Amino acid sequence: MLDINNKKLIKNGYRITNKRQITALRIRVPGGSLDVKYFDIIKDIAQKYGNGKVHITTRQGFEIPGIPMAKISEINEIIHPILIGMESEIGVSIHNPKTGYPAAGTRNISACIGNNVCPFANYNTTELSKKIEKLIYPHDFHVKIALTGCPNDCIKAHMQDIGVIGMVLPMYDSNRCIGCQACVKNCQKVATGALTIVNYKVKRDHLRCIGCGECILKCPVLAWTRGEKYYRMVVMGRTGKKNPRIAQTFMEWVDETAILKVIENLYHYIDQFIDRSLPKEHVGYIVDRTGIQVFKDYVLKDVYIGSLSKIANYMSFSGYGHEKSNYF
Amino acid sequence: MGYSFNISTFNNVLRELSADYIIYAPVKIFNKGVFSDTDLVTYGQIKTLEDIEFEEKSHFSSKEIFFPITQTLFYFTEDAFSLPKISPKKIIIFCRPCDANGIQRLDQIFLKNGDLMDNYYNELRKKVHLFVLECKYSFDTCFCVSMGANKVDRYSAFIRRAGDTVLCDVSVDFEDRFSKYGTYVNMTPVFIESNDIKVDIPEKIPKSIFYHKLWDEYSERCIACGRCNVVCPTCSCFTMQDIFYEDNPYCGERRRVWASCMIDGFTDMAGGNSFRKNKGERMRFRLLHKIHDFKQKFGSNHHMCVGCGRCSDVCPENISFTACIQKLNQAVQSSDQRGLKS
Ligand code: SF4
Ligand code: SF4
Ligand code: SF4
Ligand code: SF4
Ligand code: SF4
Repeated sequence: MLDINNKKLIKNGYRITNKRQITALRIRVPGGSLDVKYFDIIKDIAQKYGNGKVHITTRQGFEIPGIPMAKISEINEIIHPILIGMESEIGVSIHNPKTGYPAAGTRNISACIGNNVCPFANYNTTELSKKIEKLIYPHDFHVKIALTGCPNDCIKAHMQDIGVIGMVLPMYDSNRCIGCQACVKNCQKVATGALTIVNYKVKRDHLRCIGCGECILKCPVLAWTRGEKYYRMVVMGRTGKKNPRIAQTFMEWVDETAILKVIENLYHYIDQFIDRSLPKEHVGYIVDRTGIQVFKDYVLKDVYIGSLSKIANYMSFSGYGHEKSNYF
Repeated sequence: MGYSFNISTFNNVLRELSADYIIYAPVKIFNKGVFSDTDLVTYGQIKTLEDIEFEEKSHFSSKEIFFPITQTLFYFTEDAFSLPKISPKKIIIFCRPCDANGIQRLDQIFLKNGDLMDNYYNELRKKVHLFVLECKYSFDTCFCVSMGANKVDRYSAFIRRAGDTVLCDVSVDFEDRFSKYGTYVNMTPVFIESNDIKVDIPEKIPKSIFYHKLWDEYSERCIACGRCNVVCPTCSCFTMQDIFYEDNPYCGERRRVWASCMIDGFTDMAGGNSFRKNKGERMRFRLLHKIHDFKQKFGSNHHMCVGCGRCSDVCPENISFTACIQKLNQAVQSSDQRGLKS
């Protein structure tokens, strides 16, 4: 039997499975967008070393199961073009691409398809994924980040430690408006009811508006057009056994620089307060201990807050506990 | 007379013209498309030749320049009213042949439609001089040739851009401005002679077509958004709005604002009556207006539609105007065979 250092194996992107000496490799696909040329490598590994199958993970990576642990170093050599193309080339520093993934704690950054394809999207989720990957990978902290192009949240950013939701500032040219009310009715029906008609023209209530951009999409005359890009960050969503809960808004109407800086700062915060007796701990549990104010002190350090930007003063999480007698 | 320019000599002409004229042309506006990170091609003010978008069709037509989307007709207080000021500058519009023909259709409606002419339209329209841009190729939805709107004979200038050379055929009114910087050449305008799309427009349309099932699918498909109207160079409908200022409701203004026959409310009348409630009927009304009623009413030799294809380009439900014309044509042919009378 091989002598295996489980911790090293896991850090290398492999998994301890329910069969001794058999592992599964996880391929990162930052932003969920993969050049199909890498399919050949994934397929070869699955056929030659695995059981001929891949599992498509919820984080948009590929998991290749049924691999003998003895073959890990051989496989690491084979996947090196993926590490170079998907990581080194976007600026991630990979010390030696022939020895496989350098860390697995910070999970693959998943993203909805974004404005490369989706008409609702307010930004290019693939490009921002790459910028974030460059910033935080490789890292051992267990952090889950997902990017979604608009508040439809197809990627389920609300289930992540950090979820980034695209916003756009709608710009209104009243001279172009023909008063058809398409934007008003639609905002009422599918968004937040932020629009009303006053004197045949439209008024937008900025406090209600979530910057989804639906009004821009609906206006036949382009009285609404796209202004600056903004983002909303939801934090501390999580699944899991202890106390799963949906993420809540921490900041909105912030720019890309602020998003990147907060994510960078988050790692300092975790480093300071994580419970190191556990193999991993979700950020939300750490915030439960430190309180939101301490969290804010850390993550907002050196973050430029624009004039439109809003930062949450309080965040009330309910989640759910295990007093089952309350429900059943 | 024909003149040839390079970019900088042509820009000299534009610079001098801009003293007396506001100059509009198709322009590409970065990141102003409906979708994120896309651009918008539309009419905007230009200073130089480089500002002009020569390659793509503009989303909107040029009509909003002289037929504004929102136009204040007068301001009122309790006992007086006054007219809004308009800029003393004249207007130059660089546009393609279909848009130039579209302007003639609007002239018909606003200026030659009964005894009165629309003064508000006329005031702006008479300032407009057209610099027609030569189409090098036709776009995939264009059918200007079928509509006889591929050619223009009256223009202030006709412009061909070939790389860094600009060739112009100039009318006498603008001769001085162009001859100063250009070199004399022979220049004959070239027009598009064939489009990928050709439509056959039935000459006689029987009244029975009113109740034909061909319109039914549009009741299902069309979402009554009105995009097809607002991008059309020949749609002329407007509605009136009386505005009482919020701070002082004794003052206000009367505006006219574009209206669309596809959007709910277009036919609403006092007393709550309205017509064409389903969208198939609206499609029928719009289509027949564009390719039948206008010509019949004015006895002109052309239809209202100039075949620019914009209504097909912008329809979010992928409704093709030309496909609908073909369906109508087939329906008319077969109903003729069934002996339906007009
Ligand atoms: S979240 Fe928005 S942008 Fe992303 S795929 Fe869904 S609808 Fe499109
Ligand atoms: S961006 Fe969305 S929420 Fe804001 S006004 Fe427009 S439709 Fe409503
Ligand atoms: S959709 Fe556009 S034209 Fe219609 S009311 Fe809204 S802003 Fe005005
Ligand atoms: S009906 Fe359509 S094709 Fe005809 S002029 Fe209007 S927009 Fe152009
Ligand atoms: S653009 Fe299309 S969907 Fe909108 S009103 Fe016109 S035909 Fe109907």
